[in-house]
Amino acid sequence: MNLPLGTPRFLGFHKLHELFGELQFRGYRCMGPAIENDAIVFRELASAKELPRGVQAEQSPRQFRLTRDPRNRYFAWANGPQAIKPFAFAPRESLWQVQRDQEGALKFEPLAPQPAKTAIIGVRACDLAGLALQDAHFLKPPYPDPNYEIHRKSLFLVAVQCAEPAATCFCASTGDGPTPQSGFDLSLAELPDGFVISAGSEAGTEVLAALKLEEATPKQVQEAKEQGEAAAQKQSRSLPGRDLRPVLMNNLEHAHWDYVAARCLSCGNCTAVCPTCFCHAELDEPNKVTGESLHVRQWDSCFNEGHAYIHGHNVRPDTRTRYRQWLTHKLASWHDQYGRSGCVGCGRCIAWCPAGIDLTEEIAALGVNA
Amino acid sequence: MTMVANLPDKMLVPQPAVVVGRTQESPSIFTLKLRLEDGVAQASFRHSLGQFNMLYLPGVGEVPISIMSDPEDQQAIGHTIRAVGRVTNRLAELQIGDRIGLRGPFGRGWPIENMKGRDVVVITGGLGCAPVVAVIHYILRRRTDYGHLTIIQGVKKAEDLIWREQYAQWNTHPDTHVMVAADEGGPLWPWHVGRVTDLFGRIPMQPDKAMAVMCGPEGMMVVSARMLAEHGMPEENMFLSMERNMHCAVGHCGHCQFGGAFICKDGPVFSWPQVKGLIAHRGF
Repeated sequence: MNLPLGTPRFLGFHKLHELFGELQFRGYRCMGPAIENDAIVFRELASAKELPRGVQAEQSPRQFRLTRDPRNRYFAWANGPQAIKPFAFAPRESLWQVQRDQEGALKFEPLAPQPAKTAIIGVRACDLAGLALQDAHFLKPPYPDPNYEIHRKSLFLVAVQCAEPAATCFCASTGDGPTPQSGFDLSLAELPDGFVISAGSEAGTEVLAALKLEEATPKQVQEAKEQGEAAAQKQSRSLPGRDLRPVLMNNLEHAHWDYVAARCLSCGNCTAVCPTCFCHAELDEPNKVTGESLHVRQWDSCFNEGHAYIHGHNVRPDTRTRYRQWLTHKLASWHDQYGRSGCVGCGRCIAWCPAGIDLTEEIAALGVNA
Repeated sequence: MTMVANLPDKMLVPQPAVVVGRTQESPSIFTLKLRLEDGVAQASFRHSLGQFNMLYLPGVGEVPISIMSDPEDQQAIGHTIRAVGRVTNRLAELQIGDRIGLRGPFGRGWPIENMKGRDVVVITGGLGCAPVVAVIHYILRRRTDYGHLTIIQGVKKAEDLIWREQYAQWNTHPDTHVMVAADEGGPLWPWHVGRVTDLFGRIPMQPDKAMAVMCGPEGMMVVSARMLAEHGMPEENMFLSMERNMHCAVGHCGHCQFGGAFICKDGPVFSWPQVKGLIAHRGF
C-alpha cells in the first residue's frame, strides 16, 4: 500500500541496513557520516555498519571535538565542517573548453558533469535550508546554472532530526531546525531503538513503501516531536531577529567593525564551511600541448584579496570592509536577493573560525550604541 | 524546487567572433569591431544601450566590456577598451581577422527611450568612459529626438583628456555643449580651468525634466548627483553605470554584488536612488 506523503513509519535499528540496501538497489551510492581527521565528514558508506555510532561533536568558538555519546546514538553529532553544499555546488569543476584549429577558428564545447546518483544520509535541517538557498541562487531564471542543476538532480536526501545540538547551533532562531520540515526525500528522527521515518517527496515515498515498515505509533511520533522541541530549547545561541537589515545597514560605520577586523584573519574559513556562500571564481587552464583551454570555476571567498579587485583598484582593500561585506550580505542583502536571511543557524562559521569570531556576538554588538 | 530544462546557452558559453575592425584611439585605448562567426547569431544579436559583453581570449580569460556600437548597427559589435589588465593587454594585441569568444549581451542599459524630448546631461570623469560615449553617439545620430545635450568631463591635467578632437567635434553639433574642466590647464587649453563642479550652474537644461547619465569614478558621480539635485534635477532622473569585478555575468559568481544588487544583471546602469545609500560607503 502506498502511504500518503508524510505518514510516519518506524525503522528499527536492526532494519537500518535495509534502508542502505534499498537505496543501493535503486542505484544510489550512499554517502554518510565518517570520521576523518577527527571530524565528521560525508564519505561513501558500503552499509549501515560503517556509520560512526555513539559519536558526538562538541563545538564552541574555534573548537570542534569528537566525544562519546553516552546514549550510543547514530546521529548524536550535530554537524561537521562541511554541509552538503559540495554535492550540488562543486568546489571546482570545468564549465567549458575551447580549441583553436590550425586556421585559428575557435570551437567551444560546454562540459556537463556526470555525477553518480547519490543518497546522502544524515542531512541536517540547517543543511536543507542552506541547499534551498543555493537552489534559489543557482536555479533562478533566466540563467539556471546547468552544472549545478545536474548535480542537484542526482541527489536523494535522507535528513535527520538533531536531538543533540552543539553549543554553536542556533537554527531554532533562524527558523530552520532542528527538525527537518521540507526539502528532503526521507527524514529520520532517532529514538532509543530506531527511527521515526517519513517521506517528503515522491522518490522518498517509493523507497519508504519498498521498506515495508510498520506505521510509527502515536507515542513514537510524539516522542520524536518532543525531542525536536527539547533540542530547540537546548540551543544557547541566537540571532536577535530574522530581518537584521536595520541593525546592519544603519551601522555601516560602527566602531565595532574595526574591533572585528582586528581579530579576523581574512582566511575565508567561514565562507568555506558556510552552507549558503555561493561566490566562485572562473579561470582558464590552457594546455600548451594540445592547444585546448579549460574554463574552470572554483569556490572563491569575499575574504580573498582578489574578490573585489577591479583594474588597478581593490574595492575592499582591508579586512574591515571584507568582514562587513560578508556579514551584511549574509544577514541583510540576502533578504533583498532571496527574501530571507542567508544564515541558517548551523554555527559552522563559529566553530571553524581560527580566531573564534562568533557572528551572533558580532551582530549583538552592532546593535548596541547604534 | 523548480527545475528548469538545462540547455547550454549562448549566454553561458562563448561564441566565436572575428575581429573585423580595429582603431587605436589613444596609446592605451582601442576599439574593436567584432562579428559573430555564426551569421544567424550575428543577425539576431540585439543589445540595448549600456549593456555589456564578456570578451574571452582562450587560455587567458574573460572580461566584461561595455558595448559601444549603435543598437541599430547589426553588422558588427563595437567595444572600446583600455589596456589596463591581464586580459585587456592581450586584447590590445588583436588584429583584423583574429578570433575571440563573446558572450552576451548582459545587464540593463540606459533608459534611452525615456530621454526622448528631454535635455540630457552626460557626466564623465577620469579618462572618459565608454558607456556614456555610446549614449553621446546615439543622441547625436538622432539629434532632433532629444533636447539640449550637455557633456561634462573633469580631468586633473589638461593632457589627461583623450579624444580632444572628439570633444571639439561634439561641441559643433546643434544644441550640444561640451564643458570640460581641468584642475590644471595647459597651452591652448580651450576649456575651463578649475573644478568640474563650477560648471554645473551653466548647464542649459530644464532641470525638472532633464535626465543625467554618468560614468566614471564613484566619488565624482556622488558629487555630481548632489550638484544636479541642487540645481533642481529630480533624483530619479539621474542614472549611472557601475563597475565591479565580474566573472560570470549572470548573477552567480558573487563578485559584482553591491548590497543586494548583482551589478551584472540588475545593472550596470542604475538610477541614483537605487545606489545612493551605499555608494558613499567605501567597500561596497
